[in-house]
Formats: sequence, C-alpha cells, structure tokens
Amino acid sequence: MTATPVLALRGVSKRFGAVQALTDVDLEIHAGEVVALVGDNGAGKSTLVKTIAGVHPIDEGVIEWQGRQVSVNRPQDAQHLGIATVYQDLALADNIDVVGNLFLGREIRRYGIVLNEVEMERRSRELLDSLSIRIPSVRIPIASLSGGQRQVVAIARSMLGEPKLVILDEPTAALGVEQTAQVLDLVERLRARGLAVLLISHNMADVKAVADRVAVLRLGGNNGVFDVRTTSQEEIIAAITGATDNAVTRRASRTAEVQK
Amino acid sequence: MSIDKTSSARHAAVDAPGAAEGAVAAVDPRLLVQQEGIAGYVTEFKRKIKAGELGSIPVIVGLILIAAIFTSLNSNFLGPGNITNILVQMAGTGLIATGIVFVLLLGEIDLSVGSVSGLSSAIFAVLAITHGMNNILALVLALASGAVAGAIHGFFFARVGVPAFAVTLAGLLFWNGLMLQVLGPDGTINIPSDNVVYKLEGYYFSDVAAAYILALVAVVIYFWTAFSQNRRRQQAGVPARPVSDILMRTVLIAIVAFGVAIIFNQYKGLPLAVVIFVGLLVITDFVLRRTTYGRKVFSLGGSVEASRRAGINVTVIRITVFMIAGFFAALGGLFLASQIAAANQGAGAGNLLMNSIAAAVIGGTSLFGGRGRTWNALLGVLVIISIQVGLGIQGVAAPIVSMVTGAVLLATVVIDAITRKTQRSAGRA
Repeated sequence: MTATPVLALRGVSKRFGAVQALTDVDLEIHAGEVVALVGDNGAGKSTLVKTIAGVHPIDEGVIEWQGRQVSVNRPQDAQHLGIATVYQDLALADNIDVVGNLFLGREIRRYGIVLNEVEMERRSRELLDSLSIRIPSVRIPIASLSGGQRQVVAIARSMLGEPKLVILDEPTAALGVEQTAQVLDLVERLRARGLAVLLISHNMADVKAVADRVAVLRLGGNNGVFDVRTTSQEEIIAAITGATDNAVTRRASRTAEVQK
Repeated sequence: MSIDKTSSARHAAVDAPGAAEGAVAAVDPRLLVQQEGIAGYVTEFKRKIKAGELGSIPVIVGLILIAAIFTSLNSNFLGPGNITNILVQMAGTGLIATGIVFVLLLGEIDLSVGSVSGLSSAIFAVLAITHGMNNILALVLALASGAVAGAIHGFFFARVGVPAFAVTLAGLLFWNGLMLQVLGPDGTINIPSDNVVYKLEGYYFSDVAAAYILALVAVVIYFWTAFSQNRRRQQAGVPARPVSDILMRTVLIAIVAFGVAIIFNQYKGLPLAVVIFVGLLVITDFVLRRTTYGRKVFSLGGSVEASRRAGINVTVIRITVFMIAGFFAALGGLFLASQIAAANQGAGAGNLLMNSIAAAVIGGTSLFGGRGRTWNALLGVLVIISIQVGLGIQGVAAPIVSMVTGAVLLATVVIDAITRKTQRSAGRA
C-alpha cells in the first residue's frame, strides 16, 4: 500500500437546496485496496459516488488525486483522471453484442468511420481473458447473458479506459449466489492488478468477503472507518444504523472513561 | 449456453494474478462455435429454430408460397415479363420502406413518408417541367426537400421532445397540403419520356452483357470482402469462418444474381430501377452494420440511456435518422411518379404509407427498435408487390388486395410476437 492515497476526500460537503446531503466527509482510497462504502438508505452513498464521478460538483472541501488537489466538475473530468464508475443500471445496449458494448462510444475505426470489428474482437478477448471472465461468446447480444455476466461485462468495459480507481455501485444487488461469487472474484482480480476499488454495497457478507476497509456513512457524514479483518459484522451494522450513537452508548463510554 | 460452473481456474488466477493472461486458454470450449461442413449448418439451423431465431426464414417461405399459389393459378406469374415488372414496381415503395427501417431501428415511427414522397414528385414536376429548370438540379432539390422535411420532424422530436408519432402525423397533413399547393389548380403534370425521372423506372440496359457483368461484379466483390475479412480475422487470431462457408454463400449469391440476370435478359434487359434500389440497399446495409454511425443508431434502439452515457450525441443521431427517412421517401416518390409518368394530386395517398411500413415489418424489422436490416425492406416489399400483381392478374379488385395484404401483415407480426416469446425463453430476446 503506497503512502499517498489514489483518491482522498477532505471535508467534502454537498447541499441540494435545503437538504444537506453530505457534511464534512473524509475518505481515502489507496492503490490495490478495496474500500467498501456502506450506509443506510439516504445516508449519502450515492451522492458521494456522484461527487467523485463528477455528476454533482462538491460545494465545500477538497478532492485530492494522487496527492494533488483537483476539481471534478464534469463526468469527463473524472474519466480523465482515471476514475471509472459502473452504475447499478449498467447502461448496456441489450441488442448489441458483447464486443459492441465494450467499445460503445469509443469504437476502433478504419478509414475514420468504418468499424474495425476484428481489432475490437481481438482486444475484447484479450481483456476478458486477462480478467478471467468467461462468457459463452463475445459475439452474442447482451440480452443472452445472465445478470452476473452482464455485471462483469459492464465492469470489464470500465477497464478499457485503464482507470486507477473503479467505483462499483451495488454490483451484486439482484444477483444469485453463483453470480455474486463471479463478481466478487472479479473485484479481487482488480485489486490484484493494483487498482483502487470503491465498492458500494448493502450486503455485509460481500463486504466482509472482499473489502479491506469499510467506510460507514450515516446521515450524510462519516461514521467511522473500520478494518474488515479486525471488525465484527455487528460493529459495522451498529455503525450503519447508529446503534452505537445513542444516549445509552454515550453514557456507557463516558462512565468507562471516568473509571479509567 | 452454460455459465461458468468451474471456479477453480478463476481462483488460480486470483492467487497468481501475473499468470492470469498466460494461463487462460485462447478458446473457451463452451463458445458457440459452429462445426465445419454441412453438419455444422444443420446443428446451427436446429439451434436457431429452437431458440426462435427465424430471421428471414418466414418471409422467404412466404415468398415461395406466394409464387407457388399464383403460378398454379396463372403460369405467366413467374414469366420474365412479370418478374421484371414486380421488381421494377417494388423500387418506389421499397425505397420508402428503406427509410422506414432506419426510423424503426430507433423504435420510432414516421407517418409522413407518404406525403413527403408526393411532395417530392410535385416539386420536381413543377420545377423541371412547368418552369423548365435543369432536370438534375430539380431532382436534387426534390430530394433535398425530403431531407429538410425529415430534419424538421427530427428537430421537433429530438430537441423539443414531441413524440415522433405526433410530429410525423402533423407532417402527413402539412406536406400533403403543401404538395397540393405546389401542384396548383392543374393537379396533374405529365412527365415526358425523355425526362430523367421517367427513366428511373422506364430505362433498361438492353445490352445483354450489362446484367451479367453486374452480377459478376457483385459476386466477386462479395467473395473478396468476405475472404479478406476472414484473412484479417485469422491474422488477428480471432475465430474465422471456414472457407467452405464463404464459398457456399458466394455460390448461393451467384445463383440468385445470375438467375435474376437471365430473367431480366429474357425480357427488356437490366432495369435501372433495380440497380439503384439494390445499390442503395448495399450502401445502407454497410452504413448500418459496419460504420460508427450505424452502431450509434442500433445502440439508441437498444438503450437511449446507455447511448447517452457512452457519449453518443442522441439528438444528432435522431435528427439525421429522420432526415434519412425523408430523403428515401422523396426518392421513392420520384420512382412512383416515374411509374405513372406523372406527378398528380393522388401521389403519396392511399395505401402507400401503410404499405411501406408494412414492408419493413414483414421483412423482419422489429417495431420495438434495435433489430433489423435494410434488406428487410426488399423482402417485405417483394411480398406486398407480388400479392398486388398476382391478384391483379387474377382480376381481383382492390378491396380484396387490401384485405389480403392486411392479413399477411397480421400473420407477420404474429410470427414476430411468437418468435420473440420463444427467444425470451431461450434467453435471446
């Protein structure tokens, strides 16, 4: 793990009209690390992801990219830095085959306008092989693939831009056991390649399985960053629901300090 | 189509990420690779039927049925004169249907193509014949009028956000009115036989060599493109078709091309109308399936959101697609004017609009966007014109023709709906 994080958020705030969506949020992600971002509905996970992805520019705070302060105001800014985001609704065209979807919007061309299908197919196979992704054929329409296969295709597509940070928004939601395992395997392979991965998830089992650290958001603010290996699932859930932050626990911690 | 059940290979790759690239075999045994030879075709064909991927099979079966029925009623139906007639007559409606295929690929509809085609013929006739303008210039202006009409539809649909159905319905009324206005009180302008538009359907390359040379050129070009594409695939190390496959397809195309050439030469020779129509089908098919523009049209038909996120300029694609539909409507209108050697007030009226949409759908273009080819327009219009001509020979009245065409259209969409259901259960919808 390098000393300088790939991405660091310092005191980030975001407001939508009267709603304070994010308050003074800090987050650090290092290369070769999977950070899970968890929190209850409305905790600000999606807003935070969108500020990193450039969909919503931040109001206050600092975004640092590899130690350098940057401004991310448009999705293109994030892409240029090397941030790839895979949203929950995947955004694949069902009627186009796997190769076409991988290269949608950045087709390899010959003579300026003619599709270079051969080169795109070769690069697709290379990419899928290097990620150990197995699909029946790269020439079948996306409609023929299972949910898990679509998810890995969407993640593979994000890899074409050679990003340094990949943001996965609920990649295992609505997937079966086998398919979830496929996606989690892929997440581990991304980490092995030295990428930083920000994983948004509701599923504690997934988080425990692949994440190195867990950042908990609650009501738009930080509610702790935990090391997955040394933290129990109950502690994380308590941080998400705020069970640790009520009158009872505050009193308990006060009395504990007094006794020291 | 099985998904990966053996996870040991993947775990090995995770444990040793550096070895992942070398460790994975280039060819996955589960890939849907077609076996070589005839046996491969039979298994592939069986798989496609089971999965509901009928493609053009229902239309071709339908055409054979139509030919068989009308030939049994009148042996002249498959005579060279009648076949030439059908193929020349289909160009007008077929060109309009080609433009409709583009719009259907977006999952939209253009109801104005009939009126736009009438307007184009009126503009040409008034400019070239009434005002004596240079014929070619008048032709270009007539075609441009179609593209401009399409651009207006596209603007209101893509920029303002009015449903295409409503915009083009307004266009249907407006352009028809404009056509009547342009034609003026006379109503009918005859097109003389030395006029360029008359020649669109009236000119035949009477030299026997013309049809054969064109057939030969087509076959050679097909073989060469397929062969060189295959060689590039082999060089890049991606799966390529067996050469026997290419040869078989080439032979099939050669049989059709030379068969049609022989039929043409037994009558008046190679019709200019067929050359233009088929030439434009080749070009549009290339544009849709082999260029970035075509890829964008298909992706918009599949998912607008995915296209937008991929950085595709949705508005530009939508407007240009409606311009293409308008252009082809205008061109088809000139062919239809050529057929009756006149521009008149009835141009673009009647069943033309419905026939051209029906042709695209009967040919196999999906009404829901994202699936179809411009060759569908040719197959579909062939069905419609064959029925019209065949029933015409039998002396069947127009109302019955309309009813039969309607029944065929219904049968087509029923087949489409059933195959889509089968496809969904086979995971290919």
